[in-house]
Amino acid sequence: MDTNTEKQEYTITVYTENQVGLLNRIAIIFSRRKINVESLNTSPSEIDGIHRFTIVIHESRSVVIKLVRQIEKQVEVLKTYFNTNDEIVWQELALYKVLSEEITERAKVERLLREFGARAIAIRKDFIVFETTGHREETNKLMKALEPFGLVEFVRSARVAIIKESSGFHEKLKDFENREPSEEVIENEYLGKREAVFTM
Amino acid sequence: METIIAKTTEDKVVAKIAPTTLTGSQAVLEACIAEGADTIFGYPGGAIMPIYDALYDYNDKLKHILVRHEQGGIHAGQGYARTSGKVGVVFATSGPGATNLVTGLADAMIDSTPLVCITGQVFAHLLGTDAFQETDIINITMPVTKWNYQITDATEIPGILAKAFYLAKSGRPGPVFIDITKNAQIQSFNYEGYTPCNHIRSYRPKPVIRKNFIDEAVALINNAKKPLVIFGQGVILGKAENEFKKFIEKSGMPAAWTILGLSALSTDHPQNVGMLGMHGNYGPNVLTNECDVLIAVGMRFDDRVTGRLDKYAKQAKVIHLDIDPSEIDKNVKADVGVWGDCKETLPLLTLGIEQKDRSEWLKVFASYTQQEYDQCIKDEVYPATDEMTMGEVIRLVNETTLGNAVMVTDVGQHQMVTCRYAKFNESRSNVTSGGLGTMGFGLPAAIGAKFGAQDRTVIAVIGDGGIQMTIQELGTIMQTGVEVKIMILNNQFLGMVRQWQQLFNDKRYSFVDIQSPDYVMVAKAYGIEGAKISHRHELEAGIKTMLAHKGSYLLEVMVGKENNVFPMVPQGCSVSEIRLK
Repeated sequence: MDTNTEKQEYTITVYTENQVGLLNRIAIIFSRRKINVESLNTSPSEIDGIHRFTIVIHESRSVVIKLVRQIEKQVEVLKTYFNTNDEIVWQELALYKVLSEEITERAKVERLLREFGARAIAIRKDFIVFETTGHREETNKLMKALEPFGLVEFVRSARVAIIKESSGFHEKLKDFENREPSEEVIENEYLGKREAVFTM
Repeated sequence: METIIAKTTEDKVVAKIAPTTLTGSQAVLEACIAEGADTIFGYPGGAIMPIYDALYDYNDKLKHILVRHEQGGIHAGQGYARTSGKVGVVFATSGPGATNLVTGLADAMIDSTPLVCITGQVFAHLLGTDAFQETDIINITMPVTKWNYQITDATEIPGILAKAFYLAKSGRPGPVFIDITKNAQIQSFNYEGYTPCNHIRSYRPKPVIRKNFIDEAVALINNAKKPLVIFGQGVILGKAENEFKKFIEKSGMPAAWTILGLSALSTDHPQNVGMLGMHGNYGPNVLTNECDVLIAVGMRFDDRVTGRLDKYAKQAKVIHLDIDPSEIDKNVKADVGVWGDCKETLPLLTLGIEQKDRSEWLKVFASYTQQEYDQCIKDEVYPATDEMTMGEVIRLVNETTLGNAVMVTDVGQHQMVTCRYAKFNESRSNVTSGGLGTMGFGLPAAIGAKFGAQDRTVIAVIGDGGIQMTIQELGTIMQTGVEVKIMILNNQFLGMVRQWQQLFNDKRYSFVDIQSPDYVMVAKAYGIEGAKISHRHELEAGIKTMLAHKGSYLLEVMVGKENNVFPMVPQGCSVSEIRLK
């Protein structure tokens, strides 16, 4: 497979300052190019005050590289990484609301919970809310399993991901605070290593 | 700041520096002064009134130019930045005042022009209420600014403005937009002085130069038989004109320019082989597809330069020098991407490359130049027809200015002709809207260009379409007395679109037939002298009169209605498919 032109799923991790409007600045980089964002999560990072965006898109590697460079160009962005699925550990969380009457009468709830690693997080007379985390296929499976019992509501969170090879951002941040940071921080880490993208 | 003696609670007498109390508005003006911004282009309005009120007391330190439309103000700021090399400063009010800046911001963004634009905004407590003249200008301007920020508290002003000026001028320059709510302008606070910004941890103005890329580039250049240098505005923005000249002179390489690179190298330099792109010269376009090493310096491979990308310089190794990492590999894949400020990278390359005589290779360019001259240029600059041509107008201007004037153009046929034929001896002499192609840019940009280069002659070359887009700025000329020579090349058409309709749409001239007012009378109404030239025998004298005139002058020249700009690389074609006719 030619990874430069074949599309696949990429997870983009962006370390940023905490600044109003930055979400928009990053989002318009995608929308301007008519690229659909599959999932977007913003959260704190391992460092106090530094935010971490996790963005999932389905694109070719050459497009992803251009996007990453545009993101990194934003003034408040410290560093951007992109990874294929085998380079990260990730999870998504899903919630399912079903009618109590339907589910308790017709389904083997206990088996469902075991089989899908789900929990019941709210139990009321009228409805029950299940929760599960996992990859998309896993959360989809439970949705399919619950559909026959009248799935009232379904919602899935954005992806959160940990980069396997990453040693975190603490050391890097120190480097950024220097006026003369090391080459590694300043440079695009994939330049000159075009074939061996992308470890931290 | 005054020193006061204060008694502490322990009754010990200590000296301390008392911070001065300033309003937010005063702090804005103090920042402008500290940053050396001597000229501000602006237009007042409700939400920016406190700043204008403060400006009343700063008249001796800051020159404010009252424009006639905010778009005129920002284009003037751009012209000022281009000729002076400083940051252009623009003031406008909220709502329509701010939205009128958007075209100029987009223009400055794509052409990397350093600007700090400051707008007033409604009171912070009214944000989001659809208040009078409220608009969400931060979100509107986000894609067309290098950075933008809304200030709602006066204490933020010194720090944010320091950051704004630093971001506008450092690295790859660009427009920065600061929106200040009215309450912050009015608010008094303890002002502790202005500290310029020179470091932001999340911002890298220029990448560190890596020696291995320099070495790789040097090796490619030294082994090249037919290298071609193509340069853009990066050379000017990096103030690297001398470094660039040394670089090409040592290696003997031919050098061709993008329209924003124009004037970085004097037009009569023996290695200057001309203009790239759609209406560029024959040699550099054709030979882009024959050179063995293509060295791009501070340019971004715009589609108007490259033509069809999959047929662009495929045979060549590409070396790309740029300060902006996102430009490397964006449009053309670089074999060696030399990251960094060309002011620093060019001398490193010059150090490594061998002195070479490449006169044989330059002769190839000369032969193309000759063909182009015979088939195309000659009729344009020495026409045999009765109709005047744009090319002959520019030739006559050259003969009088000797290449020492600042040429400002609008957008269209006259722009291409001026860039092709105007002579330049020094850098920062060509001001044009390149990337965005903004009609209406010319007149206000020329006003700003003159304020940025007051000892130079500034000539604005504008078409009969573009002049009517921002003709109100004649009022700015009238009121300030700024000296701008305005040449309207009137072909009674929106000429560039007409040319395309002729060539590609079977002469279906759809809405390109544009009428003009009597420009000389319009100019007179604004107290500006002018003349209209309809016959060739009046032309040379007319240009001489314009240039000799003390003060602004408007010269309208009636040129041939249906002349085309050639050569031309038709859209979707390769640069080597350039047409001479």
